[in-house]
Amino acid sequence: MIAMRIVVPVKQVPDLVEELELNSEGSDIDREFVKFVANEWDEQALEEALLIKEAVGAQVSVVAFDEPDVDQTLYTALARGADEAVKLTGAGDGWLSTAERSRLLAQWLSGQSYDMVITGVQASDDLDGQLAGTLGGLLGVPHASVVVGVEPGSGSVTVTQELAGGTVVRTEIATPCVLGMQTARQAPRYAPISRIRQAMSAGGLESVEAPGEATGPTDGIELLRLYPPEKAGRAEMISGDAPAVAERIVEILASKGLVKL
Amino acid sequence: MPVGGRKQPPVATELEQATVTSSLSGREWELPGMWNRMFESRVLSGYTTSELARISSLPGGESIEWCYGCGKCVPVCPVDLVGEYGPRKLHRKAQTGVNLLGDADLWMCTTCGNCLRVCPKEVDMIQIMPAAREAAVTDGIMPPELQDVFEKTFRQGNCLGENPRRRHAWTKGAGVPVRVLASDPRPVDVLFYVEDYWSYHPRGQQAAQAFARIADALGVDWAILGAEEKTLGDSQRTAGEKGLFEALMEDVVATLGKYSFNRIVTPDPHGFNALRKVYPTYGHNFDVLHYTQLLAPLIDRAEWAGSVEAKVTFHDPCYLGRHNGEYDAPRRLLAAIPGVELVEMSRCRENGYCCGGGGGGMWLDGFNSDRVTERLSERRVKEAAETGADILAVCCPYEVSRFEDAAKSTGNEHLKVLDIVELVDAAMFPR
Amino acid sequence: MGNDVVVVVEHDGGVVSDTTFELLGKGRELADAWGGRLVAALFGEPELAGELGAADVVRFAAGAELGGYCPEAWEALLLNVVESVGARLVLIGTSTVGMDLGSSLAARWHAAPLSYVVALRADGDQLLATSQIYAGKLLADLRVTAPRVVVTHIGGLLPSDAGRRAGSPAREEIDPGVLGSLKSAFKERRVPDGGGVDITAAPMLVSVGRGIAGQDNLELAQEVADALGVPLSASRPVIDQGWLPKPHQVGKSGKKVKPKAYLAFGISGAPEHLEGMRNSELIIACNTDPSAPIFDVAHYGTTVDLFDLLPELAERLGD
Repeated sequence: MIAMRIVVPVKQVPDLVEELELNSEGSDIDREFVKFVANEWDEQALEEALLIKEAVGAQVSVVAFDEPDVDQTLYTALARGADEAVKLTGAGDGWLSTAERSRLLAQWLSGQSYDMVITGVQASDDLDGQLAGTLGGLLGVPHASVVVGVEPGSGSVTVTQELAGGTVVRTEIATPCVLGMQTARQAPRYAPISRIRQAMSAGGLESVEAPGEATGPTDGIELLRLYPPEKAGRAEMISGDAPAVAERIVEILASKGLVKL
Repeated sequence: MPVGGRKQPPVATELEQATVTSSLSGREWELPGMWNRMFESRVLSGYTTSELARISSLPGGESIEWCYGCGKCVPVCPVDLVGEYGPRKLHRKAQTGVNLLGDADLWMCTTCGNCLRVCPKEVDMIQIMPAAREAAVTDGIMPPELQDVFEKTFRQGNCLGENPRRRHAWTKGAGVPVRVLASDPRPVDVLFYVEDYWSYHPRGQQAAQAFARIADALGVDWAILGAEEKTLGDSQRTAGEKGLFEALMEDVVATLGKYSFNRIVTPDPHGFNALRKVYPTYGHNFDVLHYTQLLAPLIDRAEWAGSVEAKVTFHDPCYLGRHNGEYDAPRRLLAAIPGVELVEMSRCRENGYCCGGGGGGMWLDGFNSDRVTERLSERRVKEAAETGADILAVCCPYEVSRFEDAAKSTGNEHLKVLDIVELVDAAMFPR
Repeated sequence: MGNDVVVVVEHDGGVVSDTTFELLGKGRELADAWGGRLVAALFGEPELAGELGAADVVRFAAGAELGGYCPEAWEALLLNVVESVGARLVLIGTSTVGMDLGSSLAARWHAAPLSYVVALRADGDQLLATSQIYAGKLLADLRVTAPRVVVTHIGGLLPSDAGRRAGSPAREEIDPGVLGSLKSAFKERRVPDGGGVDITAAPMLVSVGRGIAGQDNLELAQEVADALGVPLSASRPVIDQGWLPKPHQVGKSGKKVKPKAYLAFGISGAPEHLEGMRNSELIIACNTDPSAPIFDVAHYGTTVDLFDLLPELAERLGD
């Protein structure tokens, strides 16, 4: 039996630990200044793929576009246990919208065999939809987002999706399919740096020409302005040490009739 | 009355003869005192030696087998004073087959080196702990806080996960120009390796700014790497991430190779240790000084516009003192400051107590909190307060934040924690 | 090209979501501005149509298995709805359904998708939108000229009363044939065991986040909750760690709550969390980071350490 193949598209996003600065035109963040890191939900996707591989056997292929510091993310994926890392080059150096990303990935995937595509449920720079749904729509295969559990079967997988209020639904979906991962069954594993370095020196990263170039943002949506939200209606800060603050909070609650003094 | 801690001395009552009564049968037994004294050697069986063998087979772990159980290391272990831990205890656990790599005790050692100082068999926890931890890390076993630090260090080149481009943001507040080699690559005498906490921590930045003013006034020809600097990562190494240390070293050596300088000076005893002791084992040799060693011979040139009228006690950093034998340079600087009266704590110099920050302890206060009655920094602050000092002087970037916090949590807010460089600065440039 | 606006009706356990009513209100406004119809798309539980009086038309599909949400089935039905009415705009909440269907519908219907929308208005014949990006650190003002748009709108920002209207919209059943041969099968819907706790019904909530730092520390917050006689709730990280069961979660993937007072300890205020609690009548937040976004929605804030504050509160509120 041929083990299934799981493709995990990953992307780089700005590290939100930093304050984001805008470029001089105010049309984008200053990409020169910002530090890029792996999208946290993609790490969940990779972890789930690796857990499936360990449980039932699978070939796990990670794929990314040539984005800032993406090599490190791809080698880390190899060190964690991915079998293959593919870097799609030549799609342009700016920001890829979800629409462009999906279109190029769909083209690349059409030349690949795969049973599942598992990616992060969202990314902090999604402005025009999320990858899993868009890719599913373009590929014309079933998809599911906000997935918190994947049970591989024969020719199908049973996925658990989380709805509001903690309600979950389980659906059996024929493969191939596309899943957007919210949380893997366990926290993403640590890749020891020595293993990442081994992967780097082994050079197991495959660079492949992207099947096309970015064509710009989605047609019909024009960005007028990018700006930080106004800090309106900030909380009134209570000063003093803990006993004083506690005293004041009790007073506030009492003034609303919520507690009796 | 010992300072802090809840450890009770063992109460031993020796009797030559005793009668005990069985609570079941009511029968009385005569027990001679000699009964539980071991006059002949006994062979212990029923324990597996595989765990000890596993540790000793690791490169660096060999010496754990040399232990003959004398236990001298336990009373000098700073962690045992606030908990149940000590090299001999760890050894005993391994002897009885406990899987050390999966045991929380693996992360308690601060690699302070006090056990090695007294060990007749030279069982070297400074080699054993990083080796055992590396084996655990390779298996993905480590406290989550530590994993977070490793990931941040690998991504950003500093343990705080701060933006590398902001490495030299502190220079703006120095009040004197600070030369950054990337923009002015001419040869320089002193390459000042700022390290993480002086680069990014607000209290560290104040010390870095003080250093800049002093170095400028004393006519030191110096420069920094700025955004090109990455941590030397010695504590990440002792916490078990040797691969990360080596990756950083590769980058550091490549960066240093671009510039011409005579010596490296750093405020961080851990970075100092890496450059002085670890880099040479990889064939990278640099002249390196701790900042106190650079300034001590120059301090006679200082013009004192003011003074620090205070009783000051000094905490020896483990990695400057015990690990690298420098006890005098910091004291020479303190002695030179007009007004300073130096009082020593009972544990000082070779027997200095550890602040708890070494060997990854800097990042493991949360993880270890369940197994200690108080933090090492808290105990040390109480010792400092007992001397009656007004100021606890330090010269390791880990310590200001650790001790300031501990001074608050132990009700010793009156004790100010200042880096020596801040005291020198205050006396040279009073405000 | 039509001017109809389609709202996807989200429901769970026979209850239409608040966000749906918010979007029906907004959809009504836009449909009126453009002279189009407001179409509610209701899959499973057709009897809920009676609550959708704000709409002109309810397009519905019956079938118990639809009620639990099956992505592929909902997508086929929704595509049929938008193609068969003259839709130009589809509104869905930023929820599991919205993230799943919004993106795929846009791909299959050749429409422009807009995510994390927080404001929407008609500008003549065009649409102006504001979206959150970078976890709410920035906002983007957008002008939509595309003839077809799929908007996923963050819930909790619009008045839901605007969508709760009496009315008798036309009911039109979707031909079940559009479901054709599905490659997915709904298996089950599970409601988490709440242990009898319903945080949405509590008059006050004591809520903890990542800052609580450990399960053992929950005891501190529990004492304050006990003193007030109210349940403990939490943000996602606390639930993900398994420190509190799922029914205690406040936020987008948890419960939406509107207590008379919401006391937040160690919660930084990710957009997903704010969505679940921002409509509380009184919000008091404790977080050591003075720039934490929770202070943007809180009425009162403090940066003292929660480990100092909780025992002080427990002492004052006790007995």
